[in-house]
Amino acid sequence: MLEGIPITHVLIVSAFMFFAGVCGFIIRRNMITILMSIELILNAVNINLVVFNKYLFPDQLQGHFFALFVVGIAAAEASVAIALIINIYRRLSSISVDKVNEMKY
Amino acid sequence: MALNVLMFYLLSAVIVICSVLTITTTRILRAAFYLLCVLVATAGFYFMVDYQFMAGVQLVLYAGGIVVLIIFSILLTSHISHKFAKPEAIRLAMGILVGLGGFALSTIAILKYAFTPTANPAIKVDMQAIGLQLLGTGKNGYVLPFEVISILLLAAMIGAIIIAKKGK
Repeated sequence: MLEGIPITHVLIVSAFMFFAGVCGFIIRRNMITILMSIELILNAVNINLVVFNKYLFPDQLQGHFFALFVVGIAAAEASVAIALIINIYRRLSSISVDKVNEMKY
Repeated sequence: MALNVLMFYLLSAVIVICSVLTITTTRILRAAFYLLCVLVATAGFYFMVDYQFMAGVQLVLYAGGIVVLIIFSILLTSHISHKFAKPEAIRLAMGILVGLGGFALSTIAILKYAFTPTANPAIKVDMQAIGLQLLGTGKNGYVLPFEVISILLLAAMIGAIIIAKKGK
């Protein structure tokens, strides 16, 4: 199923997704959309790992397992981040990152 | 053009367009929907390279778990038709500069490198091979990260409940 697709095409697509996530992380002011940009970055890295495993090392499964653990850690990190966002929303009534500028003394 | 090449270009068009729309749209619920499209297209790509377990995990955890979680938190913390203010010009310029500069640098590095595939024969990736390696203890065994990630998931679950709890 892979004849005719050189590896560089897939890597360029995943690099585009990665830098779209980085750009969204810098541009956005809403905490939830910053979290969405982080998910874009993690997905781009997963595509990279799977593609390197399939094209360059088809006799091993290390990229496959690395990508699997990245998905698990992303799920854990997204849930803790959303718990923090809900807590911040209860205190400040806003989810803009510009408003979170005081440490509690 | 062969059909699998056409499928790959279709999936990458979906990925590219929807990831740009995720970071530039003004309504928050549409950003979550475009993220869902990107994740489903990624799972489609995993199906193309014959990693069906990875594609299934991607669909169940990412598209069916994290995006649902994000939509819940959108409904809990902001009005559903909330529109963003446009970002100020300096932040937009910096973001586009970093994004395009990094993408150009990565593309040049990718095109210059000579990728050499290994000469060993490919193994078949079925559930038996994945299960034996995931719980194996010898070389290429992943039982230690497996146990550690289960402790991590337990800690994340307890932490998320405590942090989001109401009341003192």
